Amino acid sequence: MKGTLSCTGLSKVWNADTEREVPALEDIDIDVHPGEFVVIIGPSGCGKSTFLKLLAGLEAPTAGRLLHDGHPITAPDVNRSLIFQQPSLYPWLSARDNVAFGLKLQGMARAERRRRADEYLRQVGLREFATKHPHELSGGMQQRVAIARALCVGADILLMDEPFAALDVQTRYQMQSFLLDIWHGSGKTVVFVTHHIDEAVYLADRVVVLTARPGRVLDSVAIDMPRPRSVIGPEFERYRAHFIERLRAEVARAFEEQELVEMLDTRIK
Amino acid sequence: MIGRVEAEAGVRPASRLASRPPGATRAQAWRRVREAAQAGVWWVLSIGIAVGAWEGAAALNLINPIILPPPHEFIGEIRNQAQFLMPAVGVERTGANFVALTAIAASVQRVLTGLFLAFVGGVFTGTLAFYFDIVRKLTLPLVTLLAPIAPVAWIPLAIVAFGIGDWSAIFVVFVGIYFTLTLATVKAMTNVDPVYLDAARVLGARRMQTMIYVVLPATIPALFDLVRMNLFGAWMGVLAAEMVGVNTGLGAIVMVGRQMMNMNLTFLGMAMIGLVGYLLDAAFGQVQRRVLWWRRATEL
Repeated sequence: MKGTLSCTGLSKVWNADTEREVPALEDIDIDVHPGEFVVIIGPSGCGKSTFLKLLAGLEAPTAGRLLHDGHPITAPDVNRSLIFQQPSLYPWLSARDNVAFGLKLQGMARAERRRRADEYLRQVGLREFATKHPHELSGGMQQRVAIARALCVGADILLMDEPFAALDVQTRYQMQSFLLDIWHGSGKTVVFVTHHIDEAVYLADRVVVLTARPGRVLDSVAIDMPRPRSVIGPEFERYRAHFIERLRAEVARAFEEQELVEMLDTRIK
Repeated sequence: MIGRVEAEAGVRPASRLASRPPGATRAQAWRRVREAAQAGVWWVLSIGIAVGAWEGAAALNLINPIILPPPHEFIGEIRNQAQFLMPAVGVERTGANFVALTAIAASVQRVLTGLFLAFVGGVFTGTLAFYFDIVRKLTLPLVTLLAPIAPVAWIPLAIVAFGIGDWSAIFVVFVGIYFTLTLATVKAMTNVDPVYLDAARVLGARRMQTMIYVVLPATIPALFDLVRMNLFGAWMGVLAAEMVGVNTGLGAIVMVGRQMMNMNLTFLGMAMIGLVGYLLDAAFGQVQRRVLWWRRATEL
C-alpha cells in the first residue's frame, strides 16, 4: 500500500550555524499510514508549515530521518503534493492549464493532458470553469483548482498547509466536506495543517498537537467518531474541549515566552 | 487581507459570472460616458487656460511674439510645409510632401526600434544573469556602473560609431535603457513570489522548466511596466540625438527652427513632440492592458 510517511527524530533549525538560529522543529516522531487523514494543530509559529515543507522535500531537515514508502525524502516528488495557504495558481493560465501544469512538465501531449485536467476539474465540480482564469474564480474555487492540480499529477500523499484559512466561514465548511468527499475511498494519505480545532476534529482520523516553538509532539489523539460527522453533539464537544485545554496551556506558555523575549529585548536596547 | 478574501469569495464572481440585467449595463455604460466627458472637460480647461493666457499676453503685447509666438501662429506654421525641407540632409531622408508627418514617423520608428531591441536584449542578458551564477557575477557590476549613464551622454559615441542616421538614434535609445532593463530583469526574477516556485517544484518542475513556464511569465508584467516608464526617457534620447547630429525627425525640426530664428517652427516641433509622446504612452498602456489582461485583477 502506497502513501506511508515516517519521521524519526526530525529537527529543523532555520539559519543553522549563524547567530540568528531559530529552532523550528525538535525531535518529531510521526508515522502516517496509507490512506490516513492526519491533522496537525499547534499555536502559531510552532513549525507546522515547516513540517510540511520538510515532508514535501522543499527543505532539508537539520537532523532526523524522513521516509516516504521506505525511501528517504531528499527532493520534491510528484507523489507528494503540497497545497498552499496562499493562492498559488498561475494567474496567466486558465483553470484547465493550471491543473494540467504538472502533466505539461512531464511532457504529456496537449490534448491528453487537457482531457485529464478536465476530468479532475469535473471531480472538484468546476468542469464548466475550465477556461476561466484564477482571478475570475472565488477563493474557494481557486483552492479546489489547486487540489485538482495536486490530484492530477497522481500524488498518493496530499500535504495541505492551512488551505482553507483564507476563506470565509461558510466557504470553509463547504470546502471541508468537499475535501472529505474527494478523500473518501480514494486511498490517498492526507497530512493537513491547521490552527482551527473544529476543523481538525471534523476532518481527522488522528490529530497531532505540536508545542509552541520549537515544535515538539505534545499529543496524538485518534478521533473515534463515525463519518459523516456532526460538529454538534457531546462527542465532538469532548474532543474539542480536550484540544482547547492542551492548546490553551501551550499558547499561554508561548505567549509568556514571547513577552519575556520582548522584555529582554527592550532591556538590551 | 480580509477585504480581498471577501471580494474573491463573493463580489467578483457574482459580478463576473452572473448575467447582469440589461438596465444595469446601460447605466454602467452611461456612467462611463459621463466620467469620460468630465475628464475631457478638465483636459480642455487645463490646456485652454494656459493657451488662453498665452494668446491674451501676446494680444496685449506683454510678450515678444518673435520669441514666444502664440499657439495659433505656430500651429498655423504647419501649412508652411516647404520650410521643413530646408536642411539638406532632411530633404534626402524624409523626401515626401507632408514632411511633418514623415518627421514624426522617423522619430517614432527610431524610438520603437530602440525600445524593442533594448527589451529583447535586456531580458535576454538579465535572464542569463539570473540563471547562471557566473554570468551574474561577471556582468552585474559592470552593468550597474553603465546603467546610470543618461541616453544623451551616449550621443557623441553614437555619432562617431554609427555616423549620422537612423542607427545613431536607435543606438542612443537602446543603450540608454538596455542596462537598466537588464538589472530590472534580474531584480524582477528574484522577486517572483516564492509560492509560485515551490508550487512548480512540487509538481515536478526542473530548474529550466521553472524558468520558462513560471519565472518568465511572472516577470513580464514588471518588465512591461519598466519599458513604459522608460518610454519618455527613450523619447527624449531620440529627440536629443536628432537635435545634435541625426538631422531628421522631430528633434531636427526644433533645431532648424532655432537656426533660422523661426520660433514658430520650434514651438510647432515641441507641440508635436509632446503630443506624440503622450500618444505613444497611451498606446503602450493599451497594449499593456490587452496583453497582460490577467494582471489587473491579480494585482489590484
